[in-house]
Amino acid sequence: MFQTSDGDSKERREWMELLARAPLAMLESWMRSAGDGGSLPGRTWLRKPEAGLAMLRGRAGGAGERFNLGELTVTRCTLRIETGEVGVAYVRGRSQRKAELAALADALLQSPPWRDAVRRHLLEPVRAQLDAEATRARHKAQATRVEFLTLAREAGQ
Amino acid sequence: MNALDLAGVGAGFADPVFESQSAFRGCLSALATPGTLVSLGAGLDEMPGLHAAAGALLLALLDQDTRLWLSPGVAVSRIASSLKFHTGCSLAASPGEADFALVAGADELPPLEEFSAGSQEYPERSATVVLQVPAILESGWRLSGPGIRSEARLSIPSLGEAFLQQWERNRARFPRGVDLYVSSGDRLCGLPRTTRIEI
Repeated sequence: MFQTSDGDSKERREWMELLARAPLAMLESWMRSAGDGGSLPGRTWLRKPEAGLAMLRGRAGGAGERFNLGELTVTRCTLRIETGEVGVAYVRGRSQRKAELAALADALLQSPPWRDAVRRHLLEPVRAQLDAEATRARHKAQATRVEFLTLAREAGQ
Repeated sequence: MNALDLAGVGAGFADPVFESQSAFRGCLSALATPGTLVSLGAGLDEMPGLHAAAGALLLALLDQDTRLWLSPGVAVSRIASSLKFHTGCSLAASPGEADFALVAGADELPPLEEFSAGSQEYPERSATVVLQVPAILESGWRLSGPGIRSEARLSIPSLGEAFLQQWERNRARFPRGVDLYVSSGDRLCGLPRTTRIEI
């Protein structure tokens, strides 16, 4: 629904996903350091953060009938920065602050003077962090992996 | 889902819950007491081509289940995308398919017969037309009918004889017929299908 007109929707979808999954602490520390280096552009709300429910739908094995898995709390907001870019965020949970920071980062990523700094100081660390967490979870699962083997009985017993 | 251009979207209500309630209340009393001017949408972000009162009314009344028709003068992407973004409404291609219509001026108002008038069983399914005009005067025409104790005085300089004839035909098909809101800046008056207008 929220595609940008200049055809960079795939790239934007990737960073919006990263921002939505970023831990709040990382967004906050980025916000603090970005505010130090140069003043962030002013912003106005188009839609203030609001929490709502989204129905998650699943499909067993990727081939079964679609079913409603359950409802998920989602917070969304939309804001516009001074230079005219509009940032949108849809994040899991009820943290309005997280939605606000994610939308701000989305707007800045569309703004050429800010794009590279946000990529370097926010997107890359978030991507690294999420990758590290995924690796840790995989290793943890790997450590307790159970192999089901059938031992052949010795002959004569 | 179609892409929505957010670049020109206006800010909408600052406090959606209370402001849309008070706008709803304003629309209600405008229609309940025809000929009375109501102030609406004073705090709303200015948007070129859209009156504050008309904007507040549409933000309060539109939702996902309503179709909006925009007359050529207001069918610009800023207004359309703003209303779609804030209310989730869809746009109607012709006046006849619309639940609500926003008309930029008297010269763009299609004949009232073109709008949906509801059916004899469901007269509430008719269209509500919001007309933007440069000025509403509290003198001139004599209004009478439900909601008016004896008579009310009101006139809209940009609406002429042809409109009054259409209005009389609109009134004659009661319970069917369209309801009209007229907005000028942040002022709004309601003309329900029951109101008789005499010169």
